[in-house]
Amino acid sequence: MTAETIHTAGTVHDAPSDIRWETVCLLDRLLPERGAAALLAAGGEPVQVALFRMVDDTVHAIGNIDPFSGAAVLSRGIVGDRGGVPIVASPVYKQAFNLITGQCLDDPDVRVPVYPVRIADGWLQVGIP
Amino acid sequence: MTELVGKELVVVGNGMVGHRLVQAVRDRDTAGTWRITVLGEEPRPAYDRVALSSYVDGKSADDLTLPAVSDPLVQLHLGDAAVALDRDARVVRTASGAEFRYDALVLATGSVPFVPPVPGRDLPGCFVYRTLDDLDAIMAAAERAVAAPRPGRRSAVVVGGGLLGLEAARALRLLGLSPQVVEIAPRLMPMQVDEGGGAVLRRLVESEDLQVRCGVSVTSIAEDRGRLIATLSDGVELDADLVVFSAGIRPADGLAREAGLPLGERGGVLVNSACRSPDPHIWAVGEVAALEGRTYGLVAPGYAMAEVVADRLLGGEATMTPADLDTSTQLKMLGVDVASFGDALARTPGALEVVVNDPVAGSYAKLVVSDDAKTLLGGVLVGDASKYATLRPLVGSPLPADPVAMIAPGGVELGADALPDSAQVCSCNAITKGAICSAIADGAHDVPAIKACTRAGTSCGSCVPMLKKLLEQSGVEVSKALCEHFAVSRAELFEIIAGTGIRTFSELIAQYGRGRGCDICKPAVASILASLGTGHVLSGEQATLQDTNDHFLANLQRNGTYSVVPRIPGGEITPEGLITIGEVARDFGLYTKITGGQRIDMFGARVEQLPAIWRRLVDAGFESGHAYGKALRTVKSCVGTTWCRYGQQDSVGLAVALELRYRGLRAPHKVKAGVSGCARECAEARSKDFGVIATEKGWNLYVGGNGGFQPRHADLLASDVDTDALISLIDRFLMFYIRTADRLQRTAAWIEAMDGGLDHLRAVIVDDSLGICADLEAAMEAHVANYSDEWRGVLEDPEKLERFVSFVNAPDTPDPTISFVSERGQPVPVPLGLPGVRA
Repeated sequence: MTAETIHTAGTVHDAPSDIRWETVCLLDRLLPERGAAALLAAGGEPVQVALFRMVDDTVHAIGNIDPFSGAAVLSRGIVGDRGGVPIVASPVYKQAFNLITGQCLDDPDVRVPVYPVRIADGWLQVGIP
Repeated sequence: MTELVGKELVVVGNGMVGHRLVQAVRDRDTAGTWRITVLGEEPRPAYDRVALSSYVDGKSADDLTLPAVSDPLVQLHLGDAAVALDRDARVVRTASGAEFRYDALVLATGSVPFVPPVPGRDLPGCFVYRTLDDLDAIMAAAERAVAAPRPGRRSAVVVGGGLLGLEAARALRLLGLSPQVVEIAPRLMPMQVDEGGGAVLRRLVESEDLQVRCGVSVTSIAEDRGRLIATLSDGVELDADLVVFSAGIRPADGLAREAGLPLGERGGVLVNSACRSPDPHIWAVGEVAALEGRTYGLVAPGYAMAEVVADRLLGGEATMTPADLDTSTQLKMLGVDVASFGDALARTPGALEVVVNDPVAGSYAKLVVSDDAKTLLGGVLVGDASKYATLRPLVGSPLPADPVAMIAPGGVELGADALPDSAQVCSCNAITKGAICSAIADGAHDVPAIKACTRAGTSCGSCVPMLKKLLEQSGVEVSKALCEHFAVSRAELFEIIAGTGIRTFSELIAQYGRGRGCDICKPAVASILASLGTGHVLSGEQATLQDTNDHFLANLQRNGTYSVVPRIPGGEITPEGLITIGEVARDFGLYTKITGGQRIDMFGARVEQLPAIWRRLVDAGFESGHAYGKALRTVKSCVGTTWCRYGQQDSVGLAVALELRYRGLRAPHKVKAGVSGCARECAEARSKDFGVIATEKGWNLYVGGNGGFQPRHADLLASDVDTDALISLIDRFLMFYIRTADRLQRTAAWIEAMDGGLDHLRAVIVDDSLGICADLEAAMEAHVANYSDEWRGVLEDPEKLERFVSFVNAPDTPDPTISFVSERGQPVPVPLGLPGVRA
């Protein structure tokens, strides 16, 4: 693994200047094709992020709160694809969310936040605005 | 507003047609114009009299009860016959003296059995075959006869060889008696079947061990040393334990007769094509109605009359049409199929008959066609009635092919496209091909969906093969594909995994699927792997396939917490066990509730608390109850012989043994079970996927029940089996289900969707028709041998334990969105706000 692989996930938060990179854990702590939650903070408020490590070791980060139930559980959904788009299915009511854009595939009006991710020397870092 | 006060509709009679009338009025009367009172002579709510004989096969009175019309505008007044009708005052009086005023009166009193005036017909041991009470009396008498300490066979005489008589004979044979059918006409089913068909029918019936005597009548019945002797017109004497009269019916028109209403020539309340009597306030429907002078003894015309009257009561102009008066019938007896439809006896002037008679194969088929040989008028099928569903709707339509080819073996196979849109496919409910096709076009893409939105196929079921043909013809591609990643069904996937030895999802999808998988195929494959015994469900790659419940071995609740259910086999738990559960719940702040499956659910556990909770439970001897899995849940039991004064077997002991045997068994859907210690059924076993009910001699096994969205009682699969045989049968049943069901298909839907249904299931797992029973049993033995507790598996594996954290970067910090308030002394979730991400 290269030391400074940077994955920018999606366009919403692409490289804003005031981004703060928070180190979460070693990449190897994440099970491939499965999610995990991380607790971060932004402006003094807790932010829950759902992290998904894919088979090719790319990592996606989206908001952990399921907008349809309010529960902080998206990290516990099943990872897969719909028509080639990588998704996680909410474990509550099963809506699928695009892991790259945060867009809900079952309801175009709904979107969850996405966060940039990079791996530095084996450490997984999430960019918080 | 024209009327402030509702009008009074009194329906006399609570049979199938009276019941349908009430339904039809309530369906149409959205404004609530009519208040409905139903007067019923029988004490029970309306039941399916057409299926009466299935009562002898083990269906209960509850099973036969028609869906209740529960509606504040409908009042049932049962067990009290209407005895007098005052047309001037518009009042009906009942036997108990109650009086009901009416604005409209519908007579739906049906008919009474005709008992020929034979000396001795009132002797004890003589019965009619009409109501559930009649069947109760017949069953009790048959039981006494069978139990009587005397040598020789037990026999019964059935007077009448029509449709009902043959049903009665079959029922008596099931009750252990040798029936003799006496028919005054020269052939069986003289109303439906012609001479040639009657001869084939007779041979088939006799090969089913029923004795038949045609062309003779019973002249007297006498008592003889506790039994009966029936003397026939040819001098023959038949000794019998029972005599059952099924020699036809007469309209129950006494009320109308005494009120001075005109009757038909052969009885029945004379009504016009709108089912209205000359008294504009009085209508008649069903078997009591003499529609333009003619009575009809079948339910389908009765239903049509009910619909006409309902329409008229609400201002409509409906009348009966010739198609409504379809007298087609299909009789299904063990191995003998008979159907007749349209002008079966060729009474139309100039009608031509085309007959294919194969006495060797035991089949007879006849079509009646118009004098120009262009229109189908009717027909008779004996021995093989498989073409009934296609031929009956064609009555009155141009012949689509050469009539001989249409009934000859190996002849033309008529497709659904041969039918015109106006053809009635379901004659019980008067549903045309056109209506079914538009339901299919509107998205009803399988038989259950068609049943739900059109009612077609919900009564006698004989049109279901035609529904399937219509589905095929409409080009509805009933895709078996599991999801976009696998083009095969779950059953095929099971075969692939079992046959190839592939044990990882990635290898499976690479070879047999496409893409990366999803929340449909991943858990389905996880379940198949678990059923095949591939180790702990969270081992290796399998962990990535599990949905959240299986991934955390607990049930996700609405606020992101989980509930924990330890196994309590058979619902039996020690005081110490109860104390442990109480202490665990108290110490972890969990909400507790008793479940329907006789165990205790602890709610509100956070992910990071689960291992500590399990540690306490496992140390006290508990294990996972698999409440989270598509797996065996519980085997519910009553206390049985151990405590109960009525118990016949040790139901708790069996329930515990079964639950321990099948614990951890992953299946296409959850599996629930129950064991009752006697027929009182306190364990509600018949609402389970498999239910066991104790008998004097052993156990009865029922399969395919469920509660839930569409409750269904389980059907009897085997009776009076001993414990070893019972367990073999359940082993086979469960393994066959696991191998062949669709994803998320409960056992009830699985059996319903099976070609051949329960009979096929019985053939496979009781008679071993596929030769797979040994294999099924071996698979279950392997499951039993390899079982281990999943909670313990996590507690003993640090790598798995690592996943039970709230946050990877703050493993013990509780999820800040979770909070509780106290309600009735227990913690309950604070409702979560939705984050408002909608654009």
